[in-house]
Amino acid sequence: MRVVIASGKGGTGKTMVATNLAWLLAKIGLRTTYVDADVEAPNGHLFLHPVAVTSRRFSSPLPVLVGPLCSGCGACQRFCAFNAIVAAGDKVLVFPELCHGCGGCVEVCPESALHERPRESGTLLRGRAGRIGYQAGHLDVGEPRSAPLIEALLEQAPREGVVVVDAPPGTSCGAVAALRGADQVVLVTEPTPFGLHDLRLAVEMCRKLGCSPSVIVNRCDLGNDQVLTYLHAEAIAVLAEIPFDRQVSAAYARGELAATGHKPLREAMRAVVSKILVHDVDVDRAQPPGDLHRVKGVCP
Amino acid sequence: MKVIAFISGKGGTGKTSVVASFARLAAPVVAADCDVDAANLSLLLGGCVVREEGFVAGQVARIRPDACTACGACVERCRFHAIRPLGAHFEVDPLACEGCRVCQQGCPFDAVEMVDNAAGHVHVLRTSVGPMVSAALEPAQSNSGKLVTRVRTLARELAIEHGSEVLLLDGPPGIGCPVHATLADTDLAVVVTEPTPSGQHDLERTLELLRRFGRPAMVILNKADLSQAMAQRIRGVTAAYGASLIGELPFVATVPAGLAQRLAPLDDSTLRPLLETQWDRIMEHRCRQEGALA
Repeated sequence: MRVVIASGKGGTGKTMVATNLAWLLAKIGLRTTYVDADVEAPNGHLFLHPVAVTSRRFSSPLPVLVGPLCSGCGACQRFCAFNAIVAAGDKVLVFPELCHGCGGCVEVCPESALHERPRESGTLLRGRAGRIGYQAGHLDVGEPRSAPLIEALLEQAPREGVVVVDAPPGTSCGAVAALRGADQVVLVTEPTPFGLHDLRLAVEMCRKLGCSPSVIVNRCDLGNDQVLTYLHAEAIAVLAEIPFDRQVSAAYARGELAATGHKPLREAMRAVVSKILVHDVDVDRAQPPGDLHRVKGVCP
Repeated sequence: MKVIAFISGKGGTGKTSVVASFARLAAPVVAADCDVDAANLSLLLGGCVVREEGFVAGQVARIRPDACTACGACVERCRFHAIRPLGAHFEVDPLACEGCRVCQQGCPFDAVEMVDNAAGHVHVLRTSVGPMVSAALEPAQSNSGKLVTRVRTLARELAIEHGSEVLLLDGPPGIGCPVHATLADTDLAVVVTEPTPSGQHDLERTLELLRRFGRPAMVILNKADLSQAMAQRIRGVTAAYGASLIGELPFVATVPAGLAQRLAPLDDSTLRPLLETQWDRIMEHRCRQEGALA
């Protein structure tokens, strides 16, 4: 089962929720993988402290001119919908930051002078944090396009157990890429006008992609009740309301999983787990691992 | 005129609240919300829309069912997995389509047509601090970088028209294409961060990006008192990148609740003098730069 933790607004607590949720799922004996898909600002490793991390570079195809065959006809330039290739005399200039890697220029070149070569734009990482599997994508600084790296990351995500995806903020390419293939979407919001505005957009995004999200209201005491009124009117389930707590902030600031030492947050996460798995769990009595079939049966 | 962009890497560090505060100190001024995925600046600055224009994010493919024979040539070619079967023919998922036209090029039956992709709107608002440009990208749309460019260009035109000395850009989170589009034409970037490991990690990536873009960087440490140890590390990172820390703001629990009443951090008596000093430092930097040019 894949659970995607997303939000319209940044900084609402996606990573806090995703890492603590993964910890709890693993603690109750479920095979759990945390996937950090916020590739522009990946932070999960700062709280999970994964070990035995291996990495491989990610690349996508980029056209290059090979040999002396170019006639300067300009067919590639005319075809490119992204203004990423310019033909000048018998040379072509490719702008990697604009190229979407569609392969169109290669196909339309009458001289077959364009070939595709891999161009690196990020790193894919794998490791373990105790019982939690850890996977992440880190976009290279200076690279503009995050969606291809996110797609590659999710392609390598396990098909078994529970996969918790930490999505990037926003409602465009990156967030959409992270939401594809989700069994459950949990939106994290805060009860401010900013939170509400961006929550509405995120809900709309989810619905366009055919999923019904549920919501966690973080820092639920720092704002007003408009978010809850909206959620009620839209019949969207509230999985948990988490009050602001300096202890949680302090644990976060120390790079710790707050739920390990903070009962109210652990209880909130327990409520989330029992609602997304559709059955109750006893968090404080850790159960033996290998209880996977139980979850599989209730996956939507 | 100086264009000042406020970015952060990590979301939720307080960019928009800080920009709204500075906009009031700088008024009359022109401001633009470059976070087109989740535009919130107008929620604080208020105002009314005086102009609206549509935003077309390129084109998307559409398959004419009457001409489609379901031969699959398009599916094979599409690298964005945007074409799926629908009954006896194929259809394009407009949210996955990037508009490259490779499917059209490869269709032996000429069944693919390209249609304009209406992906959002750009708004010009009249606010209490001056004109403001904002945008609304349709949820699940791509091409937000292009929309940011439109917002920034329009705001620059307005700033020139109004003789505004500065243009304030409220940037998006992250370090990808919408951020690049925000930075394209800026003189100074102010990074708003927070004393957490995420804040630090994303600050490093943001300062590295600014170094590559050759933009001078200033840093504001928001919610500075939430962790003394992390605050110290943020100061270290800022110094290591040769950026200047222009000020720190304490966490004030009433600020989030105040947003509903359109109260910005500037309305808080503790934060106001700090923000005034920080704004002075930003303006001093601007004067020094202009002095150096003269």
